[in-house]
Amino acid sequence: MARILAGAAAVCLAAGVAGAEIVAPVDVNFVDGAVETSLTGAPGDPASGREIMNKGSGNCIACHAVTDLQEFAFHGEIGPPLDGAGERWSEAELRGIVANAKIMFDGTMMPSFYKTEGFIRPGNAYSGKPAEGDLEPLLTAQQVEDVVAYLMTLTDY
Amino acid sequence: MTRAFAPGLTTALTAVALAGFTGAAAAGPGPDEDQLVINGEIEIVTEAEAPAHMEYVDTVYSGWRFRSDETQAVQMDDFDNPAMIWVENAMEDWETVEGAAGESCASCHGDVEELRGVRAVYPKWNEEAGEVRTLEMQINDCRETRMEAEPWKYSGGDMINMTALIASVSRGMPVNVAIDGPAQSTWEQGQELYYTRFGQLELSCANCHEDNYGMMIRADHLSQGQINGFPTYRLKNTKLNSVHARFRGCIRDTRAHTFAEGSPEFVALELYVASRGNGLSVEGPSVRN
Ligand code: HEC
Ligand code: HEC
Repeated sequence: MARILAGAAAVCLAAGVAGAEIVAPVDVNFVDGAVETSLTGAPGDPASGREIMNKGSGNCIACHAVTDLQEFAFHGEIGPPLDGAGERWSEAELRGIVANAKIMFDGTMMPSFYKTEGFIRPGNAYSGKPAEGDLEPLLTAQQVEDVVAYLMTLTDY
Repeated sequence: MTRAFAPGLTTALTAVALAGFTGAAAAGPGPDEDQLVINGEIEIVTEAEAPAHMEYVDTVYSGWRFRSDETQAVQMDDFDNPAMIWVENAMEDWETVEGAAGESCASCHGDVEELRGVRAVYPKWNEEAGEVRTLEMQINDCRETRMEAEPWKYSGGDMINMTALIASVSRGMPVNVAIDGPAQSTWEQGQELYYTRFGQLELSCANCHEDNYGMMIRADHLSQGQINGFPTYRLKNTKLNSVHARFRGCIRDTRAHTFAEGSPEFVALELYVASRGNGLSVEGPSVRN
């Protein structure tokens, strides 16, 4: 018995590495704007999530202020400050908001970070040229989980 | 790569102005209270009651009101405004005979002051051509039909300098583009573009410049995205920038496939955006970061 379980775990691990467990953007299941299960099947890394808040296609602080991220300059004022977000929202809700905030907040300005279809004139990153081939989501499944894990640490106001 | 929300990338000047950020939920600073008078004599209206066609905004403001005191100051005196060098270059072009017809701008129009008022009403319906034309299109039509000279590149140096010269003689006059009659369908197309959420970031002009003007988006202080000050000299790229180049930059920053300068879409968008500034003064060539 122990042997079978160990074997199963090994398979899961291998599958995880190969990406087979990852929920594709088009397959994410939203319930009332929330997403119950991890997109990777594994917990995210809050330290990595913290970095994504400040850079690349995350750049969340372009629009949100976060006291914990004060070492980074220029926090935006477009969305609400995220202090206490991990207190206000459940993990599933935060996952839904980061993956596609427009489901939780109808018509919101917040970009959909885990979405690959339905755009008007999608471009090739910031080149101004048309996108070529399939679009990558703004954040990978792992990055979404990392950001969610970080947001869960924001329990203070 | 924090380009996503940095169409105006940070200049040293804004960096200084914003260094006081505390991480708290600061209320948007909005436009400031400063008044713009150029050379101590040309009074510029930087705040006006919104034109009747605008549903969601009561007051329109020039982008000048959202810039730091340092940036604002550069535009207050033509000796300090770096764009004036190119206005002088354009004065030479104004008088230069070019093309098979042996004409110059001056040979048809006389003194450039004769074009006072032109910038304020463009883009404008052209009856003969049956289309709405931007100032650039009209300049090139003069070059091609009347001068029999080569057209200039839409946002090329010669062209943008000439638009700066023509804007400069209308400074202080109210923007007053016509949106009804034959221009109406073009205007409506522009309005639709203004509210379309383009690109992978799904952002419209209105998201930034109507719903959130006065707010900070990362290091940028959002204005209403008015074009009464064009062409603009930007401290960021130290050159004159055309309206369509600015539109292109803003759309590119939504991770979208942009439209071309001079395209029918941008002509329509220019007419619409210009009409949102009806009542503000022409102030080009202006200075921005
Ligand atoms: C372009 C602006 C923008 C960006 C970029 C953005 N957001 Fe938002 N966000 C908003 C707005 C606006 C809201 C408010 C929802 C609404 O429209 O009612 C919001 C809401 C939220 C909320 C819920 C706020 C609350 O009440 O606690 C969370 C959590 C959140 N965002 C997280 C993120 C994260 C994480 C990122 C980056 C991966 C991000 N946002 C990037 C604009 C943005
Ligand atoms: C993601 C946010 C964003 C979007 C979307 C956006 N802009 Fe901008 N825009 C900016 C920023 C930031 C600046 C520089 C600061 C300012 O003047 O607002 C700017 C500047 C401008 C300016 C220069 C204003 C001046 O006074 O010189 C114009 C004009 C403009 N935008 C028009 C548009 C139009 C038209 C659209 C849609 C096609 C658009 N923008 C979409 C962020 C945006």
